[in-house]
Amino acid sequence: MDGFFSTYVWPAAIMIGQTLLLLVALLIFIAYILLADRKIWAAVQLRRGPNVVGPFGLFQSFADLLKFVVKEPVIPASANKVLFLLAPLVTVTLALAAWAVVPLNENWVIANINVGILYVLAISSLEVYGIIMGGWASNSKYPFLSALRSAAQMVSYEVSIGFVIVTVLLCVGSLNLTDIVNSQRDGLGTMIGLPGSFLDWYWLPLFPMFIVFFISALAETNRPPFDLVEAESELVAGFMVEYGSTPYMMFMLGEYAAICLMCALTTILFLGGWLPPVDVWFLNWVPGIIWFVLKATLVFFMIAMVKAFVPRYRYDQLMRLGWKVFLPLSLVMVFLVAVTLKLGGWA
Amino acid sequence: MTDLLGSYIPIAIFIGISLVIGLALLVAPFAVAFKAPDSEKLSAYECGFNAFDDARMKFDIRFYLVSILFIIFDLEVAFLFPWAVAFKGMGWFGFWSMMVFLGVLTVGFIYEWKKGALEWE
Repeated sequence: MDGFFSTYVWPAAIMIGQTLLLLVALLIFIAYILLADRKIWAAVQLRRGPNVVGPFGLFQSFADLLKFVVKEPVIPASANKVLFLLAPLVTVTLALAAWAVVPLNENWVIANINVGILYVLAISSLEVYGIIMGGWASNSKYPFLSALRSAAQMVSYEVSIGFVIVTVLLCVGSLNLTDIVNSQRDGLGTMIGLPGSFLDWYWLPLFPMFIVFFISALAETNRPPFDLVEAESELVAGFMVEYGSTPYMMFMLGEYAAICLMCALTTILFLGGWLPPVDVWFLNWVPGIIWFVLKATLVFFMIAMVKAFVPRYRYDQLMRLGWKVFLPLSLVMVFLVAVTLKLGGWA
Repeated sequence: MTDLLGSYIPIAIFIGISLVIGLALLVAPFAVAFKAPDSEKLSAYECGFNAFDDARMKFDIRFYLVSILFIIFDLEVAFLFPWAVAFKGMGWFGFWSMMVFLGVLTVGFIYEWKKGALEWE
């Protein structure tokens, strides 16, 4: 009995504790990312943004949560009721599930599996199901059109994200996310005499891919300027038209969890994860998790600024960019990176 | 084998707990919120008037075409993954075999482009 306790119960309790810790931290982070998004958008438009709930509006997201919970949940009479409620559940579960393999620091990861990036790619391809189910189950015209658009948009950019990841993998030689970060300890910066600096990270040698990944991440998560799924002037609120109360909030939560995941992935693939930007003793002393969160927040800041600056794309422009620009560009880059690695003697 | 399975147990636990959080959020308003349904509130939204007909109508063939193209290219990416991981220990033969594969797909891609499968006017 004692052996049973120490081999099964205790490790399981530790795993559950770690999972809860990460999920709670993530949800609080998302609450403040949401607030930051609104504040940045407001600041660009010379407004003040949410500023009533708590000092500087710091508790706004929690007040929103409370408001959603006490709202009346409406399920349209013509809707497919089970699918209608399953859609937000699928969205939020998948958006959170991808975080199981994200390393926040050296060895700070829930599941250090050796196919990490493949798992993330698989989960993020599944996310389109939540939208399709929501759009179909609503049995209303706007959600249906929006779900179609969204599915086509997400799969189009999924392809170029896949090619971008392949170029990184060519340089790393492993699918494990921790290995991907550790392989950025030496690179271009080491060659020119600045070892352990931000020049070592993959954003520099793979710069075009970094840009393609950033823009594809915007399209993949339906962020402006690619938010054609819910383009307010055309489709009202897209596939969420019929939703209210917490089901609606779960779609928003799933969307922001996916955005944060894309920020974390950009950090891991191109910005050196938890590595400090310059090899100086007092920067090395700062815990890696702080660097990770800082870099992910910086990427999110760029995403929020894009939302504030850039006008919305038209649907044909979106598809042209995905299929006729990014796909050929990333195909050519896979070839160029492979040839460079071979000829340069790195592989 | 147990090590391999063991590294996936945390993922199962993680997905389970995510599901519980999602379910809790989903059920909360049904338990807490005030409900007063009526037929107008429960009808599908269509800019103020009653819905004309069933919303599940015919849709453009191009959406279907895009999903087929996606399957082709996503499979291609899936083939590239193991190639990229094994790239460091691979000679020129392995390199060129993948290039031939990519070349064949590029020819197909050019054909699609010329046929207008990627046009959204």
